[in-house]
Amino acid sequence: MKDIAEIRADFPILKRKVYNKPLVYFDNGATTQKPQCVIDAVDEVYESYNGNIHRGVHFLSDMSSEAYEDAREKVMSFINTEKREEVVFTSGTTGSINGIAFSFGERYIKKGDEIILSRLEHHANIVPWQMMCERKGAVLRVIPINDKGEIILEEYYNLLSKKTRLVSVTHASNALGTVLPIKEIIDAAHSVNVPVLIDGAQGIQHGIVDVKTMDCDFYVFSGHKIYGPAGIGVLYGKEKWLSELPPFQGGGDMVDKVTFEKTTYNELPFKFEAGTMNYPAAIGLASALNYVLSIGRENIASREQELLSYATGRLSAIEGLKIYGTSDRKISTISFHLKDIHQYDAGMILDKMGIAVRTGTHCAQPVMDRYGIDGTVRASLCFYNTKEEIDILSDGIEKVKSMFA
Amino acid sequence: MTIKELQDNIIEEFSLFDDWMDKYNLLIDLGKELPVINPKFKVKDFLIEGCQSKVWLHPEYDGKLITFTADSDAIITRGIVALLIKVLSNRTPDEIIATDLYFIDKIGLRQNLSPTRSNGLLSMVRQMKLYAIAFNAKNK
Repeated sequence: MKDIAEIRADFPILKRKVYNKPLVYFDNGATTQKPQCVIDAVDEVYESYNGNIHRGVHFLSDMSSEAYEDAREKVMSFINTEKREEVVFTSGTTGSINGIAFSFGERYIKKGDEIILSRLEHHANIVPWQMMCERKGAVLRVIPINDKGEIILEEYYNLLSKKTRLVSVTHASNALGTVLPIKEIIDAAHSVNVPVLIDGAQGIQHGIVDVKTMDCDFYVFSGHKIYGPAGIGVLYGKEKWLSELPPFQGGGDMVDKVTFEKTTYNELPFKFEAGTMNYPAAIGLASALNYVLSIGRENIASREQELLSYATGRLSAIEGLKIYGTSDRKISTISFHLKDIHQYDAGMILDKMGIAVRTGTHCAQPVMDRYGIDGTVRASLCFYNTKEEIDILSDGIEKVKSMFA
Repeated sequence: MTIKELQDNIIEEFSLFDDWMDKYNLLIDLGKELPVINPKFKVKDFLIEGCQSKVWLHPEYDGKLITFTADSDAIITRGIVALLIKVLSNRTPDEIIATDLYFIDKIGLRQNLSPTRSNGLLSMVRQMKLYAIAFNAKNK
């Protein structure tokens, strides 16, 4: 594995300063920084072979289309599926979930049907289902969590019923960092023939995701959270589902009336890729996945767990600091609150020290409600972060405490 | 003091500090000086939308002047509200409506607050002006 100095050198932005202080970037849960190879890959599209994909007969269009389809193949091998039909590009996790919620609702959901989510979901895995339920007269059921921020499996098993049509849960909580027992969730759902969607926005970048072993029915994620460009996402779906589901853009009935070279609309995965896709970002994503593979996913996971354990130790030692999310199985995300200090105040002062954290509810208000708090400070780390940076955060928090004492 | 003099005073006070940390310390101190709002006004009706922290703002109009009291659950935000109140409280509706709050830019608050935060600040200003417009309309 590359050493940390070499890794950091791959990410040009990590060299910059903010407010004349070295940048400490701890907002990787919101978006990750990009290695030079990703920036170059996107630049190269626009500099040397930009042409709209699947449209023209000319050289540039062919070249772009080929690179775009190569990117799809990269995603396929990354998540371990051989079927091109099962990998759809979208605008991101939110786009993927909205699409499936719409199509699944249209195809399968009737009045009184139930969808199971967990209390840990990001708003992106709540609101699209709520919208669908309102349209179809269906009901959301929610798996509760315990004080450590883990879902209560027994409660989940009790929620599964004849009415359950789909389970949609996050791979890992963006607000607390908890990794969910995906295998147990999927196995139980499958035992009653219910499909499962995994929101991988906080999962794909932290370890090996193998959709075949996992046996999920859908897995969705965003490119920008795994070192790729913004505006590209992936919707993996088992072929049997994707072939049955109607398109979520363009409209099923309209498809036949289109008279351009759009017969491909009827085939997977193109039937879900209406309009010009963000092909430069897809090509950039492929480069990001290559980069991740070059570092090694096991290496990334073990380095991040080491950082998590160091940061948890350092922060726990701070008087008045309470960590929310204390499961044994976590991604490298730490959510905390400082006694008598508003998270916004803390975040503003940390920012002035060059430390980027996120404050607020992290688009997961039900999680905050569970603890009766109105927000936290969240430090989300990844493999390019260092223990020295964690020390800077720890010192920064002490400074915050002294300013607001 | 006129509104202009008050704004110029604030600009001068902030210009004494180059370091952002010192400016924030000043904001924290200002927050502590904020006139206390009657707890009965800390309700949804007086809550300003668009802030990452909660801000309650209450206007009192005696037929001539509007007096504002406010509070926030975040101390830095309280400091920002305190600045606004210093400039705009105890003024006639006409004065409040006509005021150009140039001090916000001059002390670098607008640029150095995140967009959401900046919106919060703008929401506060807009709310103060809306109260002034509403009281003015009642007089006509």
